[in-house]
Amino acid sequence: METKNKIRILIAKPGLDGHDKGAKIVALALRDAGYEVIYSGLHQTLEQIIQTAAQESVDVIGLSIMSGAHLPISEKLIAMMKEKGLDDIFLTVGGVIPYQDIPKLKEMGVSEVFPGGTSFEEITKGMNRLF
Amino acid sequence: MPEIRDILEGSQIAGARMIRLIEDNDPSAFEMLKSLYPYSSRAFIIGITGSPGVGKSTLINALITQFRKLDMKVGVIAVDPTSPFSGGAILGDRLRMQRHATDENVFIRSMASRGQKGGLSRATKDTAVVLSAMGYDIIIIETVGAGQAEFDISSLAHSIGIVSIPGTGDGIQAVKAGILEIGDIFIINKSDRPKADAAVLQLEMMLNMRDTRGQRPNHAVTWAPRVMKTIAQKGVGVKELAHTFLSHFDFMKENNLIKPKKDAIEKSYFNSLLQDLALEKLLLFMKSSEAYMEVLQKIQSGSIDPLSAAESVVDNLMVTRNLKVTRKSNDF
Repeated sequence: METKNKIRILIAKPGLDGHDKGAKIVALALRDAGYEVIYSGLHQTLEQIIQTAAQESVDVIGLSIMSGAHLPISEKLIAMMKEKGLDDIFLTVGGVIPYQDIPKLKEMGVSEVFPGGTSFEEITKGMNRLF
Repeated sequence: MPEIRDILEGSQIAGARMIRLIEDNDPSAFEMLKSLYPYSSRAFIIGITGSPGVGKSTLINALITQFRKLDMKVGVIAVDPTSPFSGGAILGDRLRMQRHATDENVFIRSMASRGQKGGLSRATKDTAVVLSAMGYDIIIIETVGAGQAEFDISSLAHSIGIVSIPGTGDGIQAVKAGILEIGDIFIINKSDRPKADAAVLQLEMMLNMRDTRGQRPNHAVTWAPRVMKTIAQKGVGVKELAHTFLSHFDFMKENNLIKPKKDAIEKSYFNSLLQDLALEKLLLFMKSSEAYMEVLQKIQSGSIDPLSAAESVVDNLMVTRNLKVTRKSNDF
């Protein structure tokens, strides 16, 4: 089995919303696409997400957000990543994301956005575009 | 590229990047490990193994809390299997330990088993070297107890905890799998379930009968394995468990058992390194030789079978180097 160029992705759910079925299913789809997925579960603070990304030396942080707070959360996380010297990690965001917010997220520095209804194939393609 | 100095100072980002190089089989990792190795003998390494679902991660989460109360720095290596179909993996062990994620004296690293050449033990041992050099007092290695895995763990850790749950007939399963011989502490987790005491009794009985002659050739004093009950989710019995691990370590120190254990761990590391390096370098050498192409053509034209061909390529190499070996032992 090839051991080089394995991509490591952290799938995390920040904040208070309690629905992780989507995040879990995306994690499984990414595993089936050959990624190593670190699943950190519900109710993560941004500090926990940053520390986990650092300790696991991931290539991508994938946030699942359904609370409507995707703009402030992404903005704050990107600032924390810069501060910690982790800005070589890609940030992707999925969940309940209104289409008009996608350009705003990309402008902030979010690499890919996967709003509800995105197929697994599109998610995998989007991830592959990063590397 | 991470700096050796930063790793020795305990930088989590530098350490994590170093571990990534190890996982990716990056050649620079080998050189860096040489520099770190002299600083890697301090930590007490605990192996935790057991079937999926017995609560290993939850138990480790609770153990971290106890060791932190004693002001010890704790590193965790949690190994999960790579899918043989996709090459991907879900690493979910740290899910149960996330409450420690922001404690700067705790470092949790998930590892996929991948297709590690020298077995999982090599990459895990390399990672333990890094964590020890970073200054962690305790390193906990979590593995799924299936097949060969737990035999690997006994060549990595100073103390082995084997986790099972009541009511699964695990006493018998343990004997079948041969893990009874390697355990130092046997943990019946979820012991608020029925038949917990029966499981303890059964295990203790098995342990009394276990044959450990091969394990202690020169030592009259041996650690009597303990059987303990825990309810990891509620933290019940975990303080006692943490202290039992530490008292096992003290026992080893007092009875001069650390050195033989260290020797065994080093021998097994040396063997897996030899296996990897020999395979890597000699195979490359043989495959790039003219003899290889010649013999390959002979196989394809049907004038020699692959078995005799492989033997002749290796034997030829040995002859030109004047090497002799009698092939009988499989002592790797």
